[in-house]
Amino acid sequence: MASLDTGAAAKWRWGLLDLVVVVFALVPVLWIASLSFKTTATLTDGNFIPREWTLDNYRTIFSTDQFVRALINSIGIALIATAIAVVLGTMAAYAIARLDFPGKKLLVGVSLLIAMFPQVSLVSPLFEIERKLGLFDTWPGLILPYITFALPLAIYTLSAFFKQIPWDLEKAAKMDGATQAEAFRKVIAPLAAPGVFTTAILVFIFCWNDFLFAISLTSTERSRTVPVALSFFTGASQFEDPTGAIAAAAVVITIPIILFVLFFQRRIVSGLTSGAVKG
Amino acid sequence: MADIVLDKVSKKYPDGTVAVRDVDLEIADGEFVILVGPSGCGKSTTLNMIAGLEDISSGELRIGGERVNDRAPRDRDIAMVFQSYALYPNMTVRENMGFPLKLAKLSRSEIDRKVEEAAKVLELTQLLDRRPANLSGGQRQRVAMGRAIVRNPKAFLMDEPLSNLDAKLRVQMRTVVSRLQKKLGTTTVYVTHDQTEAMTLGDRVVIMRGGAVQQVGAPQELYDHPKNLFVAGFIGSPSMNFLHAAVDGGRLRTALGDLPLGDRLRRTLEGADAPRELILGIRPEHFEDAELIDDAAREHGGEFEAPVDLVESMGSDKYVYFSLEGERASAAELDELAADAGAGDLPSSGSNLITRLSAESIVREGEPQRVWFNLDKIQLFDPSNGRNLTLEQPAAASVG
Ligand SMILES: Nc1ncnc2c1ncn2[C@@H]1O[C@H](COP(=O)(O)OP(=O)(O)OP(=O)(O)O)[C@@H](O)[C@H]1O
Ligand SMILES: [Mg+2]
Repeated sequence: MASLDTGAAAKWRWGLLDLVVVVFALVPVLWIASLSFKTTATLTDGNFIPREWTLDNYRTIFSTDQFVRALINSIGIALIATAIAVVLGTMAAYAIARLDFPGKKLLVGVSLLIAMFPQVSLVSPLFEIERKLGLFDTWPGLILPYITFALPLAIYTLSAFFKQIPWDLEKAAKMDGATQAEAFRKVIAPLAAPGVFTTAILVFIFCWNDFLFAISLTSTERSRTVPVALSFFTGASQFEDPTGAIAAAAVVITIPIILFVLFFQRRIVSGLTSGAVKG
Repeated sequence: MADIVLDKVSKKYPDGTVAVRDVDLEIADGEFVILVGPSGCGKSTTLNMIAGLEDISSGELRIGGERVNDRAPRDRDIAMVFQSYALYPNMTVRENMGFPLKLAKLSRSEIDRKVEEAAKVLELTQLLDRRPANLSGGQRQRVAMGRAIVRNPKAFLMDEPLSNLDAKLRVQMRTVVSRLQKKLGTTTVYVTHDQTEAMTLGDRVVIMRGGAVQQVGAPQELYDHPKNLFVAGFIGSPSMNFLHAAVDGGRLRTALGDLPLGDRLRRTLEGADAPRELILGIRPEHFEDAELIDDAAREHGGEFEAPVDLVESMGSDKYVYFSLEGERASAAELDELAADAGAGDLPSSGSNLITRLSAESIVREGEPQRVWFNLDKIQLFDPSNGRNLTLEQPAAASVG
């Protein structure tokens, strides 16, 4: 290890290492996928590649109202919470990055404090509050806590992004004849977009994967999200092993996340700000 | 095209910093004015107030005769070139330069025509479809200039536009800027740190210190007749030598020896209630190797002998450094200048002297050298307020 490795040997070594990491991360996912295609009889045979392929599990989950309804809840709640959190977070982060106002440090500190608060300890108070307010088992009943806990994350990532934008650009736009709004829309917004999309992905994943709030603050199909619905799965009949169906559902719910990431990833062009200023 | 008038313009930032204090300045139509001064003296603030990027706390700013204090930057019709270039990274060079025109709602064909015209002037035609990230520093700089000139504004403001370039490119771009301004004849205010830029580019130079204007004038005038210690020390490279001087009867006691007070100096010291302790200023080029001086010159000069500290041979001349015994000149202005030059704490008891001798002179480091200096060129300053006491006569003569 005298110097930085270069050349073919090093390439192989790094390639191998990458492969190990990828395999390590993907094996459980592939295992679930494999389970979802197995028949009930072969579920426990331990084969990685199913001996008998079947789509029954998928048919099962989509034939029950339970799962479809939960999927709609999940998508709706996660999208709305993400949209609101990102809009509020963008405004807050813009202020934090751009302005000097009294209590700025305090604001950032408090928002970080919220992120550090153990969520479990808030579940029962939230449960009581929501029941009193009639928010229990409704969409807003989940959207509100999601926004609360996603905002610190959003503010933090976004202000880091905003701080990288050279603000001379805004001044330059104003000198070039832009109004404040035009300067923001035509110059700052395109540069801030990657940060906003990255944040949107993170917040969406957070909302999508949440189990704790979803199980404690819902009681019926009205607002139950997929992670919770999964835990209530019983299979086609009460006496059937639901493992195959759960696996199929698990595969289905990763798809929106993959789509969401792929959709926004193309917008995350790194190094977009390079060349604006010397450096 | 327009003139720019600053009438007692001041700037106080919300935190209480007074960055600019009662600046009066009249910039004629088509004039090229340089703002220069040490870091933090309020140059950028002044420029930003003219641009409209900073509010004016008090005073009045008029462009083309109209008061514009409360107008937004876009209603002032002024273009600005930033030190950081501030190119839009998500746009090509063509889009960058066309941006002001697009905002002004010009037609596409007209935008294209004007952009290509400007690109030709700045030799950017080949680069029109590149993005700023793929340009060199000098090219980015030219694009920033291009964006300023396309829309034919009333005035250009430039905030240290060349300071991010390396030395060679800076010299090259300096001539580009100068030629461009002459060609377009647009009123220009140019902020710089760099004395060479200040001396070579502008019609007039404004020297600022701590938010206040010290002196305004043509470069040569500032060089020959500085109003105070600060201007004297700031303009010129290497800078003027300052030595402690005490009036003692008809003579001036200095580290260069006891100097006779000629008519000129005597009149100066009699006139005002001049202090007994003074600061003597003399520029490096007013020294010469005593061997090379003819008798006529010897008449109105003095001589001293001291061991040579250091010789820098520039080819055309030699910079010879001496360190002299005796009290150091001290004044607030000098401390500030030293701090700005980054030489705040030179560990020296005596005074350092820089002289410029002609190339033929034979000097060796460590050996004593006899040096002549021109008494007529000596300037005397009041250490308490920095005022140039010798200014009155020559200034009156040259102005009148
Ligand atoms: N936003 C601000 N709030 C408070 N003080 C400020 C602000 N901007 C600048 N100042 C202060 O105003 C003074 C003048 O600043 P300015 O930027 O005009 O200096 P400058 O002459 O351009 O310096 P430089 O050569 O380093 O660019 C400085 O003392 C600076 O600290
Ligand atoms: Mg500045």
